Order: sequence, then C-alpha cells, then structure tokens
Amino acid sequence: MAKFNLFSEESNKSPLARFWRKFKSNHPAVVGLWLFSAFAVLAAAAPLIAPYGVNQQHSEALLIPPSWHEMGDVRFILGTDDLGRDVLSRLMNGATYTFGLSIVAALLTTVIGVVVGTFAGISRGIRSSFLNHLLDITLSIPSLLLAIIIIAILGPGLMNTVWAIILALLPQFIHSVRNLIVTELNKDYITAFKLDGASNWHILSRGIFPNIYEHIVVIFTMALSTAILDIAALGFLKLGAQPPTTEWGAILAENLGLIYLAPWTVGLPGVLLFLAVLSTNLVGDGLRQVLKARKAD
Amino acid sequence: MQPLLKVQALSKSFNLRASLFSRKQFSVLKNISFCLEKGETLAIIGETGSGKSTLAKLLAGAGTADSGQIYLDGNIIEDNGVRDTQCRHIRMIFQDSEASLNPGLTIGDMLDDCLQYNTSLDKETRVEKIKVTLAKVGLLNDHQHYYPHMFSGGQLQRVALARALILDPKVVVLDEALSSLDPSVRAQTVNLLLKLQQETGLSYILITHHLSLVRHISDQLVVLEHGEIVEYGRTEDVFQAPKSRVTQKLFNC
Repeated sequence: MAKFNLFSEESNKSPLARFWRKFKSNHPAVVGLWLFSAFAVLAAAAPLIAPYGVNQQHSEALLIPPSWHEMGDVRFILGTDDLGRDVLSRLMNGATYTFGLSIVAALLTTVIGVVVGTFAGISRGIRSSFLNHLLDITLSIPSLLLAIIIIAILGPGLMNTVWAIILALLPQFIHSVRNLIVTELNKDYITAFKLDGASNWHILSRGIFPNIYEHIVVIFTMALSTAILDIAALGFLKLGAQPPTTEWGAILAENLGLIYLAPWTVGLPGVLLFLAVLSTNLVGDGLRQVLKARKAD
Repeated sequence: MQPLLKVQALSKSFNLRASLFSRKQFSVLKNISFCLEKGETLAIIGETGSGKSTLAKLLAGAGTADSGQIYLDGNIIEDNGVRDTQCRHIRMIFQDSEASLNPGLTIGDMLDDCLQYNTSLDKETRVEKIKVTLAKVGLLNDHQHYYPHMFSGGQLQRVALARALILDPKVVVLDEALSSLDPSVRAQTVNLLLKLQQETGLSYILITHHLSLVRHISDQLVVLEHGEIVEYGRTEDVFQAPKSRVTQKLFNC
C-alpha cells in the first residue's frame, strides 16, 4: 500500500533557498535576471546563431533600414550598415566582446580580489595594511580615467582594456572583501568554531565563506556594470577594441558619422548597451535588497 | 584526592593605548586560584567589569592568561599563557547562543564538524553520537537538519549545550548563558543541566548575575571585584555570612 503523507512535509530551507525565494518575489530583478541570462547565452553562442558573418559584405544592399521599415529587407532584420554588413549579426557578435569580456574581467577581478582581500582580512599588522592599501592610490581616480591612463602605458587594444579594467576595479573589491571578512571574524560563532578545534582553513571555508558569498556576488554585479560601461566607453574612444572588431562601443564610434543617414546603426548598439547595464544593475539591486531584508530579520 | 579542575594564580592584563606612544597596563585578573570537584558547580559573581567574562574565556581557551596555571585532572593544560590546544575537556556556552551558531550550517553539520576535528570516529559512529547527544539535551534527531534561524531561544540554548556536550567534556563554562532566557525556559534549562550533572558527573562553572539561581544550583561561590577574589567558599556559608563589603552589597540589591 502506498504511504500517504498525512502531515505536509516540512522542508528545511537552507539560507540559499531562502535567498532565492526572496529574490523571486522581486519582479524587476527577475526580469533583469532573464535579460542577463539571455545576454550571457548570446555572448557564448553568437558566432553559431548569427545569420551572417561579421564582416560579410553585401554590396547590393548598402544602408538598408530595419525590416519593419517600408524600405527594409527581410533578409536583414535590423538593416545593414554603409559597407553592406548585417547589423543584427554584428550586434550579436558584439555581445561576446562587450558583455562576455566584461564578465571575464569581473570574474578575474573577483578571484584576485577575494584572494588578496582574504589574506588582508586574516593577517594582522603591517602585512594586513600593506595588502589592504596595495592599490589604494588608484581609488582616488575614477575607474574610466584610470583605465585610460593604464591604456596610455600598455597601448590600445581589447586585451589591454581588459587588464586596465581589472586593475581599475581591484582596489574597491579588495577593500570590500577585507571589510566583510574582518566583520565576520569578530563574531561570536567564529570564536565558538575556533574552540571546536577548527583550523584557519576550516574557519574560512566553513565559517566565513558560506556567510559572505552573497555579498561577494553583489560586489561582482557592481563591478560588472562598471566593466561593461568602461569597455564600451574605451571602444568608443578608439582606445579599446579597434573598428573591425564588433565591440558595441566600437560599432557606435564607427557609425557615428551615419547618425542622420542611418540612425539604426548607432541607436541599436546604444539600446543594447543600455539593456546590458540595466539588467546587471537590476540583478545587483535585487540581490542587495534581499541582503538588506535579511539583515533586518 | 586531587580536584578535577585547579586554577592557580591566574593573571591577565590588557595593554591600553594611553596616548600616541605610551601604553598603559590594565590588569583584569589578579592572582585567581580556585578548585572544582567532579560533579560540582562553581558560581562566579561580581559587578560589571570585575573580570568574570574574561575568566570564562581563559578557562574555555578563547584567550590566554599572562601567568598562572590551569590543571585538569592533574594534567597541566595552561601554563603561563601556553595553552594545550588539543584539550577539549572544558567547553563554553556563550551568552548569546544565536550569535555563537554559524547561520550558514545546519545543526547536524556543525556537530559533525566538532566530531571530525577532534575525534577519529567513522561516519556511522558520528551520526549515532549526534543522535544520542541531541536526545540528551531534549531535541529530536530531525532537528539536525535545521538551521539556527529555525529555532526559538530556549531551543538554541539546548543546541549550544549539545555542541558543548558532544565532545564529552568534564567542565562546562556557562557565561551568562541563562540570563537571556525567560523564567520558564530558564527553569527548564536549569533542570536539564542538573539532570545531566547527576547522570554524567559534569562540573559547571556558572557566571551570572542571578543570585537565586546561584543559591539553587551552585556548591561553591567565588566573588570577584576588580579582578580579585574577595570571597571564596561554600555557597551556603557565603550566603549566611557574607564577609566582604562587595558581597553584602551584591546580596542587598
């Protein structure tokens, strides 16, 4: 005989599950998360799903407006630019550079920032302040300006932009992680955990990180939105990605001269940039609100 | 016969920064000595700032003394600030039990960690041990899948007790552990503590402001003032005839 469940099963929600449930009730954040995932998929799969090659030219179809326009052509859904290249394909591939590389830059920053921040957090005295203040001088300069300075040294180019952005984002990250770890270390449960015989590694991996990783994700989203804007801005200023590359900022700069003749070539990459930053910020804001609500519990 | 716990001439001082370059020594505990027998309870009372909590931390190993020795069962476990870090026979229960539990781990994981770090038991034995310990403090085996936020204050106190007891300690230090509970839950917890003491011969060191509780459960009483023992004796004797002015003042208010 099948056992039936007389009493409803009581589920023990882990902190992560509670986090997700609160996050789900924030609708704008969930929309942001969908958009964010769509961009991430696009960044990974763009060369496979784009209808045309990035630099494939259609000499018979120059400056065709988007397909919903009466002059449009359904072969080129978002129109073509002055060299007859399909705008849709170029924008899809642009996600790989602008969005994908930003994620890579933010992830690298997170890894380095968490490692250095952790060492700064658990060490004391002069070593702690050395690690903590290692890159402090860069805090006084806005991240975009700093990235420009670093590019002036390294020379323009997409990869140099990524390094510049990582260096510009790091100090803030190290500070935040260190502060998180120092606050957690002073809590009672860490003392109790030490008395249980936990080693330093146990304290970090079982005691501290399970309680701060949400905060790290929030800092990551903030770093990511800065990285997207910086990569696009540097591309636009011709310091980052160079024109044949389909980075959104570079596309904007390349087509700026066509703004009256073919506004779709400038407007669409701008809209995409806006959406990318918006989705990242919505997700980050949602996460922050959940954290704040949890602190109030 | 030698006592279970013997504390001998324990002293502790903190460095305070008086000005930019000069440091001031502030001595918190001076020359503390007492003994505790197996199955007995020692209460420590005193005014705020008299060094009670510092003493509790020193005993449990959360801090080290500047000088003095702690003997447990005749073995030295702390000698002039050098602590035997392997010793888990003195366990502490914190004042705020919620803050002393890791919010990111289930109770079972936390107890399992305790066992893993200190014993070489295999998985089944550990599971069994956790089950027995939870039953001992009046919790269900299912509670090990719960996170700390799912418990009430009294239950959290039991969880903290389970954490202390799982390593089979000889002495449990209760640092104001009963103060934050409401009277009925406190009575329950006290009865649980007394029952455990009768069954297993545990010794307690109770640090509290609560005088009727002291009179109810403790065998010996230490009164601290400014880090010094001003009175030390059987609880009844001290309550009958308090000798020092501080003790009289504490009893009167």
